[in-house]
Amino acid sequence: MTAQKPKLAMYWAASCGGCEIALANIHEAILEVDAHFDFMFCPCLLDTKKKDIEALPDGAIFLTLFNGALRTEENLEMARLLRRKSQLLVAFGSCAATGGIPSLANQHGIEHVLETAFLNAPGLDNPERLIPGESCTVPDGELSLPPFLQRVLALHDAVAADYSMPGCPPEPEQILAVVRHVASGAPLPPTGSLLGCSARAVCDECPREKRNRLAPRLLRPFEAVPADDWCLLEQGFACLGTSTRGGCQALCPATAMPCTGCYGPLDRDSDPGATALSTLAAALDPGSAPGQDEGSLHAGLRAALAGVPDPLGTFYRYTLAETVLADRATEVEP
Amino acid sequence: MSCQTTAQAAELPKVNESGAGEKNPKVVAFLCNWCSYAGADKAGASQLPVPQELSVIRVMCSGRLEPTLILEAIQKGADGVMVLACHPGDCHYKEGNLRAFCRAELLERMLPQLGVDPRRFSFDYVSAAEAEKFSRITTEFVERVRSLG
Ligand code: SF4
Ligand code: SF4
Ligand code: SF4
Ligand code: FES
Repeated sequence: MTAQKPKLAMYWAASCGGCEIALANIHEAILEVDAHFDFMFCPCLLDTKKKDIEALPDGAIFLTLFNGALRTEENLEMARLLRRKSQLLVAFGSCAATGGIPSLANQHGIEHVLETAFLNAPGLDNPERLIPGESCTVPDGELSLPPFLQRVLALHDAVAADYSMPGCPPEPEQILAVVRHVASGAPLPPTGSLLGCSARAVCDECPREKRNRLAPRLLRPFEAVPADDWCLLEQGFACLGTSTRGGCQALCPATAMPCTGCYGPLDRDSDPGATALSTLAAALDPGSAPGQDEGSLHAGLRAALAGVPDPLGTFYRYTLAETVLADRATEVEP
Repeated sequence: MSCQTTAQAAELPKVNESGAGEKNPKVVAFLCNWCSYAGADKAGASQLPVPQELSVIRVMCSGRLEPTLILEAIQKGADGVMVLACHPGDCHYKEGNLRAFCRAELLERMLPQLGVDPRRFSFDYVSAAEAEKFSRITTEFVERVRSLG
């Protein structure tokens, strides 16, 4: 019987596992998934191997939810393999869709990344200063690790993805809605569309009231306790809800945490970080110039902007693989 | 960004390969229509030197300029980008230039994080009367960018 059901796969590349947890968080509805699909590949949950996938005819998998960014040659190889074997390939979660958290590593060269991970991170104990190499000889023979790609890529940078499903991770309700839609056989949106999210900003779903006020200065979350019911951004917290796509029911601002932008940019045509920067800067009261000399005016505005100490980490938190400057050679290290 | 996609790593040109001083830098200057553009016009009419490396783009207000355009200019090969605004208090849309300053301040801090030397970017004020200032700061900026290679 199972052979009649369309095959469903889920794969993790440079992933944290949170996307699989999000799928598991649909709870008993996973039985519904099983009723409609032959859920046959998911290294986190099932024991199918790569060779089993290789043995399938091309296009044998109906739907693959691909999560995680592409960091290694192995990630790239699996992306190509699953592209070949799948009718529908979905970039699932912000890592696959826009590079996500792993792509923040693109700020630095590979050496810096390895040294941070294996030598310099607080709490490490590596007295021999060992860094894993691409191959190493052990008594049982030669072991090899897949090499790093020069930079972290989103899925669509390497293979054609049919759809993206944003979120870090996508919300379980949205996953279920998408799976149900696909299972129902209803027509799918045009290729390239986003699934499981809203066409409007997070603000649209946010219970906090906008009072049409500009923030006197930007605040870091620990600097103040936000007032209830009032827009965090208007209070000065770096909430990216205005430039971020909705679909999460404003999960974070509803619990008094500023939105960090995990559902990705609302505007898909502009540079994601530049757009987030622009919308956040627009929330600040620029004051008025008369009576102030240029120096004190600038000093005041700089102080008001000090609440964003890490612009790149704030504005490109989930999207650095997508910056228009992605291919530009680095000339300065941050 | 640190590098290129693997597939294209071999073919992609390195931005700085041609070395300092050998090529003429390309500088894109976004000028506010009401002050800086008029200042540039006056510099031309007064026959003050204006660097030929400058490509001027007129915008209705410095506050109109999306930071995406600045990054795209750099990505498409500009060696430097200037944003020239009305002086504080003189913006025709009241605080467009102060908003532009806020974006410029955040962008300037973000550029090195993106691997771009922040000296390739400049935000300044030029009034309609300041032909001499326009001539001076554009010449200095082009020289600064030239020295970066
Ligand atoms: S999108 Fe978020 S939850 Fe999913 S793999 Fe990436 S970091 Fe983890
Ligand atoms: S708190 Fe954030 S998400 Fe909510 S309305 Fe304000 S900016 Fe939008
Ligand atoms: S509020 Fe923002 S960061 Fe939080 S889940 Fe929604 S999109 Fe993601
Ligand atoms: S009108 Fe000149 S900067 Fe706004």
